[in-house]
Amino acid sequence: MIVELGAFALILALVLAVLQTGMAAAGRLRRSPVLAGAAEGAALACAGVVALAFAALILAFAVSDFSVANVAANSHTDKPMLYKVAAAWGSHEGSLVLWCLVLTGFGAVLARARGLPFGLKASAVATQGLLGVLFLAFAVFTSNPFERLDPAPFQGGSLNPLLQDPALAFHPPFLYAGYVGFSVCFSLAVAALIEGRANSSFWPAWGRWVRPWALASWAFLTVGITLGSFWAYYELGWGGWWFWDPVENASFLPWLAGAALLHSAVVTERRGALAGWTTFLALLTFTFSMLGAFLVRSGVLTSVHAFAVDPERGLMLLAILGATSGVAFALFAWRAPQLKGGGMFAPVSREGALVLNNVFLTAASATVLLGTLYPLILEAANGATISVGPPYFALTFNPLMIAALLILPAGPLLSWKRGDLKGVGQRLALAAGLSILIALAGWMVFEPKKALSAAGIGLGGWLILGTLAEVAERLRLFRAPLAETLRRARALPLGAWGTTLAHAGLGVFVLGAVVETGYRVEAARALAPGQTIEAGKWAVTLDSVGVVEGPNYLAEQGKLTVTLRDGSAPRTVTAERRFFPTGGQTTTEVGLDFRGLDDVYVVLGERGRTAADEPAWNVRVWWNPWARLIFLGPAIMALGGLLSLLDRRLRLGVNRKAAA
Amino acid sequence: MRRALLTAFAVVLIATPVAAQEPPPTPDRPLADATQEARAQALFNDIRCVVCQHEAIADSPAGIAADMRRLVREEIAAGRSDQQVRDDLVRRYGDFVLFTPPLRGGTWLLWFGPLAIVLAVGVGLLVMARRRPVETPALTAAEEADLARILADQAVRPDTDAKPSDH
Repeated sequence: MIVELGAFALILALVLAVLQTGMAAAGRLRRSPVLAGAAEGAALACAGVVALAFAALILAFAVSDFSVANVAANSHTDKPMLYKVAAAWGSHEGSLVLWCLVLTGFGAVLARARGLPFGLKASAVATQGLLGVLFLAFAVFTSNPFERLDPAPFQGGSLNPLLQDPALAFHPPFLYAGYVGFSVCFSLAVAALIEGRANSSFWPAWGRWVRPWALASWAFLTVGITLGSFWAYYELGWGGWWFWDPVENASFLPWLAGAALLHSAVVTERRGALAGWTTFLALLTFTFSMLGAFLVRSGVLTSVHAFAVDPERGLMLLAILGATSGVAFALFAWRAPQLKGGGMFAPVSREGALVLNNVFLTAASATVLLGTLYPLILEAANGATISVGPPYFALTFNPLMIAALLILPAGPLLSWKRGDLKGVGQRLALAAGLSILIALAGWMVFEPKKALSAAGIGLGGWLILGTLAEVAERLRLFRAPLAETLRRARALPLGAWGTTLAHAGLGVFVLGAVVETGYRVEAARALAPGQTIEAGKWAVTLDSVGVVEGPNYLAEQGKLTVTLRDGSAPRTVTAERRFFPTGGQTTTEVGLDFRGLDDVYVVLGERGRTAADEPAWNVRVWWNPWARLIFLGPAIMALGGLLSLLDRRLRLGVNRKAAA
Repeated sequence: MRRALLTAFAVVLIATPVAAQEPPPTPDRPLADATQEARAQALFNDIRCVVCQHEAIADSPAGIAADMRRLVREEIAAGRSDQQVRDDLVRRYGDFVLFTPPLRGGTWLLWFGPLAIVLAVGVGLLVMARRRPVETPALTAAEEADLARILADQAVRPDTDAKPSDH
C-alpha cells in the first residue's frame, strides 16, 4: 500500500512540476503575481511529494519488501539497517529519486527566496520546474523504483558488498546535493538571460543572488567527492585515493567549473563585470552535472564505479542533456551579446587575478573533459582504442593547476579595478621566502630526494602562508596594537574568513597529495604467521589469522602488529578479506594504522604457501606519509564554503527586510 | 559445534571461489636488483590491466595482471629499456594497454588541446583588454539609487578594506 502511495506520489510530483512550469511561465507573461505565487506553491508541494515518495522507498528497503523489484534486486534481510536504507539510493532507480528530491528541494527553497525581482524569480521558478518535469518524467516512465514483482522472492539479491560502507552510504546524498544544487544556478542564469538588461545595477544584484547557491552546491560536492575518494582509499585496497577514472572525472568536472563559477560570480557581484561569462559558467556547471549522470548511467564508459548500465536509458538522459543545455546555450548565444556592461578593470587588479583563475580552472576542466571523452570519440571515429590515465593528467592537468595555485595568494591582496603589483610583491615576500625554505627542508628531510616533490611541498606552503599573509595584512597583525587587530578580526566579514579557510585548505590538500604521491613506500610478500615485512621505517608482523562471521559475510581476519623497525611503538591492526555468500563477491577491509599524519595501510591478500609449505598470506603494506592531509584539506575547504555561506551579506531576503 | 562447522564452511567458501575460477595468480617475485625492481614498479603504474575496468596492473588482483607483471619483470631482467618494454606490450595488446596515450595524428588534439585552450583564452583576453578603456563611466543617479536599494542592508558589517567604489 505504502509502495503504491510512493508510486502515486512520484506521478503527482510530475503533475505538480508541469503545473509549476506552466503557471510560472504564464504568470511571468501576464505579469500576474497570483499565478506566479501559485507556481511557487506548486514548487513547495512538488518537493514535499517527492520527499514522500523517497520516504516510501526507504521504508520499503527498511522492511525488506521483496515484492518491490528494486528492493529484491538490491537488498537482503541480513544486511545491517544502515545499508538497507543506503541501498535505497544505491541503484539507478533509487538514486534518480534522490536526484529528483534534491532538484525539487532546492527548487522549493528558490520558490521561498525573498527579494528577487518578480520577472527573474518567475522565470527561474519556471526553468527549475521544467528541469523537474524532465527528470521526474524520466523516473516515472523509464525508471520506476516502485515496480512490483509477482511472485515476490523470499530473499533479495543484496547490494554490491563494496558499497556496504559508511563513507559510501553518505557519499551519494552529498554528491547529489552538489551536482543537482547547481541546477538553481542554471535556472537563475537562464532567467537572467531572459530578464537581464545591459544595465549595471542588474548584474551585481544577480551575482549576489547566484553566489549562495553556487557556494552551497560546491561545498556539498567537495564533501561528496572527498567521501568517495576516502572510500576508494580504504575500501578498494589499492593504496591510492584518486585514479583519474572516468567516473571520478565526471564528478570532478562540475567541481572545477563550479569553483570557476564561484570566483567569477564574485567579480559580477562586486563590479558588475564578466556578467556573460558568469552566466556561461552557471550553465556549464549544471551541464557537466548532467553529463556526469549520463556517463555513469549509460554504460558508454568502462569504470570501476559505473553502475546501472543501460544504453536505452542513457539515450534518454542524453536527450534531456541535449535539450536543456542546447536550448540554454542557444539562448546564451542570442542574448549574451546584448547584455554587455559592468565595470572596466586593468589587467593587474583583483578582477584580473580572478579572470586568470577562471582561465586556468576552465582550461583544467576542458582538459579533464578531453581526457575522459577522447577514448570514446577516437573509437567512434576510427575504431582505435587508447587509454587515458594518470600519466596524461600529470602532464596536462597538473601544470595548469600549478600555474593557478602559484598566482592564488596574490589575488585577494590585489585591489579592485587597478592593483599594485609591486605592493603585493612586498607583502608576499616573506611568505615566498619561507615557502622556498620549506621546499628546501622538504628536500633535505624526505628520502629519496626528489626535486619536483620538494617543489610541490613548497607550493603547499606557499598557498597556506600566502593566504595567512593576506589575513595578517587585513588585520594589521603585529603592526597595529593588539586591540586594533582584534577589532579588525571581528569586523572582517565571514566571507573573507571563508575564502581564507578554503585557500588554506587547498594548501593542506596539496601538501598531503604531493608528499603521499612522492614518498609512499610499498611492500608485498607472502607471510606465514610470525613473519615480518618492512616498508620504509615501519615493520608489520602477521600475528594470527582467524575466521570471523559478520552479519552477511564471512571473513578471514588477520591480526597484525605495526612497529617501528627497531620494534618500538607497537600497535595492532586488523585487516580482513570478506566473502559475501549471497553475491559470491570478495572484498578487502584494509587495516589502517594512523600514525600522526601518516597511514600504515595493510591489506590481507589470498592464502598461499611459503617455500617451506606453511600456510601464508599475501600481505601488502603501504606507508603513506601525510595521507591524512589529503582528506583534511578538502574538509577545511568545504568548511570555508560553509562560513562564506553564513555571511549575512549573502543571505537571501536580507534586501527585502532592509527595503521594508 | 556450530562454530566449528561454520569455520570449516568459511574456509571452504573463501578458498573455493578462487580455485573454481582460475588457478591462483602466481605470487609476485620482486627482482633481486633494487633499481630494476623500482623501474618495474614505475612501469606497472602506466600499464593497464587488459581485462579490468580502469586499473593499472600495479593494483589489479586479476591473474592476467600478475602475468603481465611477470612479463615486465622478465623483460627488464633481460636488459630491455623501459621504452622497449612498452613497445613490446603495445605490439601484443595495442595502444589500449598504456595509460599514456601515444602522440600520433589522432591524438594531437588530446595532447595539445589543453595548451591550445589556454593560449586561445589568453590571447582573446589580451585583445579584449586592449580594446576596452579601463575607467568606468560613472553610474547615473537613477542607477545609483537602484543599486543602493537592492544592495542596502544596514545590518551588514562593513568590509574594512572595501573602498566606496567597490559597491
